Amino acid sequence: MKPIITLIATATMAFATHAAIAAPVGNEAPDVLVKRISSDVLDTAKSDKDIQAGDKQKVVALVQSKILPFVDTEKMTALAAGRFWRTATPAQQQRLSEEFRTLLVFTYSGALSQIKKDDKVEFKPLRADPADTDVEVRSVVTSSGGEPIQLNYRLNKGAQGWKIFDINVLGAWLVETYKGNFSSEINKTGIDGLIAKLAERNKQLASKPLAAPAK
Amino acid sequence: MKKTTMPSTRFVAVVALAGVALSGCATNNPRDPLERLNRGIYKFNDVADRAVLKPVATGYKKVVPSFVQKGVHNFFGNLTDAWSGLNDILQGKPDHAADDLGRFVINSTFGVLGLFDVAGMDGVPKHNEDLGQTLGYWGVPSGPYLVLPLLGPSTIRDTAALPGDWYGDIWTHKDPTRWRNIGTAIKVVDTRASLLDASDLVQGAALDEYEFLRDGYLQRREGQVHDNGGSKGDSGKLDMKSAYGDDADNVSAPKTTPEAGTTAPTPPAESTPATPAPVSK
Repeated sequence: MKPIITLIATATMAFATHAAIAAPVGNEAPDVLVKRISSDVLDTAKSDKDIQAGDKQKVVALVQSKILPFVDTEKMTALAAGRFWRTATPAQQQRLSEEFRTLLVFTYSGALSQIKKDDKVEFKPLRADPADTDVEVRSVVTSSGGEPIQLNYRLNKGAQGWKIFDINVLGAWLVETYKGNFSSEINKTGIDGLIAKLAERNKQLASKPLAAPAK
Repeated sequence: MKKTTMPSTRFVAVVALAGVALSGCATNNPRDPLERLNRGIYKFNDVADRAVLKPVATGYKKVVPSFVQKGVHNFFGNLTDAWSGLNDILQGKPDHAADDLGRFVINSTFGVLGLFDVAGMDGVPKHNEDLGQTLGYWGVPSGPYLVLPLLGPSTIRDTAALPGDWYGDIWTHKDPTRWRNIGTAIKVVDTRASLLDASDLVQGAALDEYEFLRDGYLQRREGQVHDNGGSKGDSGKLDMKSAYGDDADNVSAPKTTPEAGTTAPTPPAESTPATPAPVSK
């Protein structure tokens, strides 16, 4: 009898542990996800000496490994391009998404390298139905003596779980703010012109050093 | 740098006239009918910034000890708390008024003329209010975007409110003139220094800085007037249609191969969660 019980017990434990580790990506609530990424990224940025010293490669690597997998840059591009998206060819959409993603990586890296040691983030509780697939997660960043800064995220639940597709800093949404830039450029030089401009900007940013963080 | 005489209503009238005159220009943004005028002023500001203000602010940030910078920042911040408090009252926000006026009193006394943000250390929040926001709160529309010489982004409504804000700024009444001007110059440098990081970021991120700043500023200003600064409430459901209109239906391009090194990290086995966040409709 004993060996069978032991077998069942072991099997049950193995199943339980396996279930915990292999929890489907979509099970984590969106605010929990953002909070996790946020602390992970902030802790790394604050404790890594190279990042604190302005090592560009490291910050970009940090963004690519810890932030980008949770951002739907394709959706961000589709929204920022607005009505022009609907007239773009699939090839143009692809190129535009790629270039915009690269620009976003540089922008996030720049923002990350400005994080100061005493910046703290506080997340608001989530009041949403588990069935909702579009959610806004709100947080506040405080640094000693400064005004609290609003930092909000919009997420969509897709096949691969929750992904961020818009960010609000200091009251301005990223998509809304880029919409103007995108539409003027497209009006002037078409979608290909916009793609070319983004590509050129990315080249410039690749060769520029990141600003060193303030003391 | 600041004028010592009050900006006159004539200034506002001139601007309004210019607006009418230029409204015949073709623009593609309904919120910025004065775009040509604004771009010109923006350019002027940019030149002045690069030539004088930015280098001075950068030097200030590097050279001046941080506790001195903090004191300066707190000192001028304290003066604005008084004006914010008055505007809180004008907007019928007694709890915010209590915060701001309380801050002003505590910091002016225990905080030694505002040098130390004692109230902040006690956790009393600061609410940013000015006359333009008060007008907006009571329904005065912002009107077209306007870039002011040296002062930067504003709107017609907020520009009209400037003389009021100027009068409500305690420092304006400081005598003698020499000290007032020195103080104002320091305040301008302090403000610019606090925006150095942000302006560097915008330079890299924006395809057209003028537009980027305009669109970002207008969103932020609207948020300030309605105190929701991008929504201050709890996290919750998002209505895509009301946030993005028709664009909400845009279908993303298929995902391309991820760059090297972006293997999605697996969450650690002991990660949070068992207690789900409170859910309510």
